[in-house]
Parts: sequence; structure tokens; C-alpha cells
Amino acid sequence: MHALHKMLARASGKDYVKEGEIVKAKVDLAEVNDLYLQSIRSFYEMKGTKVHDPDKIAFILDHYSPAPSIQSASNQKAMREFVRAQEIKYLFDINAGVCHQVMVEAGLVWPGIILIATDSHTTTHGAFGAFGTGVGATDLATIMLTGELWLRAPEVIKVEINGKLKPGVMAKDVILHILSKLGTDGAVYKAIEYTGNTVENMSIAERMVICNMAVEMGAKTSYIKPDKKILTYVKERTDQDFEILETDEDYHYAEIHVFDVENLEPQVAIPHSVDNGVDISTINEVYVDQVLIGTCTGGRLEDIEIATKIIEGNKIHPDTRLIVIPASSEVMEKAIEKGYITMLIKAGATISSPGCGPCLGTHQGLLAPGEVCATTSSRNFPGRMGSTQADIYLVSPATAAAIAIAGKITDPRKYLQI
Amino acid sequence: MQDIIQGKGIVVGKNIDTDQIYPGRYLELVEPEDIAKHAMEGVDPNFHGRFKSGDIIVADKNFGCGSSREHAVITLKAAGVAAVIAPSFARIFYRNAINLGLPLITCGEILEKVDEGDMLEIDLKIGRINNTTKAIQIEGEKLPEFVLDMISHGGIKQYHIKGVGTEK
Ligand code: SF4
Repeated sequence: MHALHKMLARASGKDYVKEGEIVKAKVDLAEVNDLYLQSIRSFYEMKGTKVHDPDKIAFILDHYSPAPSIQSASNQKAMREFVRAQEIKYLFDINAGVCHQVMVEAGLVWPGIILIATDSHTTTHGAFGAFGTGVGATDLATIMLTGELWLRAPEVIKVEINGKLKPGVMAKDVILHILSKLGTDGAVYKAIEYTGNTVENMSIAERMVICNMAVEMGAKTSYIKPDKKILTYVKERTDQDFEILETDEDYHYAEIHVFDVENLEPQVAIPHSVDNGVDISTINEVYVDQVLIGTCTGGRLEDIEIATKIIEGNKIHPDTRLIVIPASSEVMEKAIEKGYITMLIKAGATISSPGCGPCLGTHQGLLAPGEVCATTSSRNFPGRMGSTQADIYLVSPATAAAIAIAGKITDPRKYLQI
Repeated sequence: MQDIIQGKGIVVGKNIDTDQIYPGRYLELVEPEDIAKHAMEGVDPNFHGRFKSGDIIVADKNFGCGSSREHAVITLKAAGVAAVIAPSFARIFYRNAINLGLPLITCGEILEKVDEGDMLEIDLKIGRINNTTKAIQIEGEKLPEFVLDMISHGGIKQYHIKGVGTEK
């Protein structure tokens, strides 16, 4: 069995789970974000009265933080009331940040857990050796009702990544490259495990980026075998005991793909698909109206750090605006302490409060028809960040910073002393 | 749910994502009738002109990719989409559709055998599609027993209300 199958076996009280089998798994943590008032509605529609286990549920108000409309404010109000009435243990309100960063910082994620959230990017938590997957509101409501969810044990694809990344090339570039090769349906219904020396050398934040975007290939979940780096981080944040489940030696992967990223250059996913990644050197003269540095794939401390390094001593281009949104209040606090935020403001950046921001086209910087945006977020579908007639280019935080100064798509290595 | 679904085929492209099916800027809406107004807005601004309640969407691969938003299924259901046929579906969309009782048929060769406006007849139990305009039969994948069972209960909500999924 793969480690992921062992997690499903443990959660469903079985000794063995085979691929394709549908199991009823006990869920260790169910998370609802503020897009999903329907979870509460479905809970009551299913005649729920009391949630199954209030200690295993978290509500995180991140997509509309703070509320930009009366409707979203009303939805959040209903959620707070539900949390109080049901004595749900975790509520992260509008001051907290993006769910995938907040849960990790709060010590709610550790190896081997089944983590289900109303968010497709829950694959992020494979970086911690957890089984994380996204579902819709009614699935989440059934977990609140029963503590369990039906899951099909996925086949696993191994993606081995080797080579030392060149300065200015980031995890985002790696995953955009992989996506451009495997495609948006490269792993539908399956899981992706990342291995190889590039992954071993990646920071936790970088591992979260590649696991996060596994879902852009259709993956159900992702996995990186937890190492010392992960265990040290997790143990600093929780006292929870856990057992590391290992993949059996003879486990047979559905597919194996090997990538050498030693000479990879910064990547840009051009509109309107995440698998449109190309080398930055092939792009000429694309002028950019708005740059976004933030979200669950580009708003962590090291992302803001490299952006600051690149922007320091420069000004944001007069025809471009730069929006910076730290992924969580913890990231915001550290970025302030280190002086990054002051520096970015002086250069002309707009800083917004931690959360999803304009990533999914709800508020804090939507795009007008005909505008061009370069963003560290994970999706460039038509209409994702506002008008369907806007063009979205996906880039790394380093590239985004370079674009903010140059006003057009630019190789970040131009601004790094290398 | 009926076993036989009849309707006109409306053909759309590949990788139709949830932002195209239901744009994020309307996610705060919660009433199905409000949600229905924005169905497929990002696919074709004229979709409402092409589509009538009871029609069947015929799509290319990876329909429903992207986010976990259940609104994508709610909007299609509330707009009157009778079923969706595609060579493949994104997994969260698939789960949401089954949970809410929107029939999905996986069929690799559907686009070669259907043109916009053809009349289709789907036999859900065996996964067969009859293109009555062209007088051809197309074999799709039969839905797994577990899924058929859930659909026969009227979706996951009924399934739980009747206590099928709750072991107490
Ligand atoms: S930052 Fe963007 S991708 Fe991440 S959870 Fe928020 S909306 Fe989704």
C-alpha cells in the first residue's frame, strides 16, 4: 500500500485498502470557508441538529475578509452564530488569513490526518504528509453530521524532481513547468507524490506551493514523505502524537514522471489556462496593469522577502499597480518586523489585509475589461479575477516583483545580484 | 430520478472550469433562483439564448475543473440542465453533481457523435446514449453501483435523512 492508502485504512478501520475501493473514512479535521454557507444549510436540510464532533471542525473567514458586501457580511454572521451555537472549537475570523496557511500555523495539520475542506487547494497539506482533499458544501455537511465521508482510494502518480534551482527560480516556476507537461487533466481522480532532491531541498512554503497546485492537474490529493524539516515544524506547533505511515517497498505507481529542473528558467502561464506555462525568455512586450503578490501560492514570508529584495531601491512602474497581501496575520506581523512592508509601501505598493484578496474575483483589486494582470496566485481562468475580458498571467513572487518595477513581463534575474 | 433522460444537446469545449460555469464574483449568493441566473456566464455570454431548461450539456474533457464550489452544480441544476455528458469530469465537480443529483455520463467519443441541437436520450442505468437525430447509439460508462444507489435515493441529502449513510 501507499502511505496515502494506509491513512485511508486507518481512518476507515481496515487493515487494507486497495485502489479504486470506496471507503467511509473518519475525518480528523473538516474546514469550511466563508464561501460555503451552503454547508450549514445542507446540514439542516439533512435534519442535522448537533454536529458530530465540534472539536474537529474549523470555520475560516478568508475569501471575503473583511466583508465587501452586505450579502457576504450576512453569510459570515450566520457562520459565527453557527460556530457559537454548535460550540465548534475553531473559528478563524477575518483577521486570520488564508485557510491553508492558517490551519498549518495553528498546529492543526500533522502527518497522516484526513483533512477535508471546502476548498480545492486542500491538496496543499500533502506537504505535511497529510491526506488533504477538497469537497463541496454538502459533502462537508455530511462530515459535520456523521464525522465521516466516502472517499475512493486513488491511484498514485510519482513525480520525481531533480536538480538545483538557479537563483531567482522558485517552486512556482517548477510547478508551472510540470503542469505545462502533464496538463490540467494529467492526474484526474489520482494522487501525486513528489520526490527527488529538488523537493528535499525545498522549504516548507515551497513544498506547499507544489502540493497546492497538484489540484490544477486534477489530483485528489498530494503527498511528500515527511522529513525532519516537517517534523520539527509540526512539533513546534502541536503536542499531538502521530505515527508516520510509510509506503510499502513494492508499491506500484500508476505513472512515474521525472523532471530535471537544474536549468529551468522562470516560467509564465499565459492566459487562459494553468497549463500554458512557457519560458519567460519567449515572451516579449506584455505590459501589465496590475501585479498581485499574495494568496496560498505566493503570500508567505519568503515570497514577500524575495519581492522586497528585488523591489528595494526601485519604484513601482507608474503604469502598473502592485497589490501585496500577506497570506496570514502571522506572515504580516513578521513582514512588518523585518521592515518589508514599509519598504514596499515606500516603493508604491498597496498592502491589503491577510486573506484571499482578488485571487478569486470577489474584492480588493478586481480587473477591468482589457486589463492585464500578473499574479502569484494559482489560476488564470477567464473571469477568475474580475472581467472575463482581462488577461491573467501566473508567475512566481520574484517574477511578479520584477514586473511591478518594469511595468511589463520581465525576468527577475535582471534585478538579482547573481 | 428518472432512468431515461431526454433533451437537446448543447455542445461546449474542453476544460470548462468552475469560474466559467459560475463566476467567483457571485459566490456570495445563496438562493438557487439567484444562482441560476449566472449559469455558464463565462463560457458563452449568449448561453442563455442557446440553452433551454431540459437541455443536455455535451462537453469536451475535464468538465468542471477548478474550485470546489457547489454553486457550479446548483447553477446548472437550477437553470434546468438535465445531464452533462463528457469524456471526463473533474473530481470535486463529479462528487458535487452526484451529491445533488445532477446526472453525469462519462463518454469518450461523445463529441464525435453529437452536434449542437441533436436530440439525445440517456439510459442512466446502463450508461447508453441514443442520438435520435442521427439514429446512432453511443456507449458511455455505467455509473458505479454506489453512485446509482445514491442517485436512486435522490442525492446525498435524502440518503442521510433516510439514515442510509449513518451507522448509529
Ligand atoms: S488564496 Fe486563492 S486559491 Fe488560495 S484559498 Fe484563497 S481563493 Fe483559493
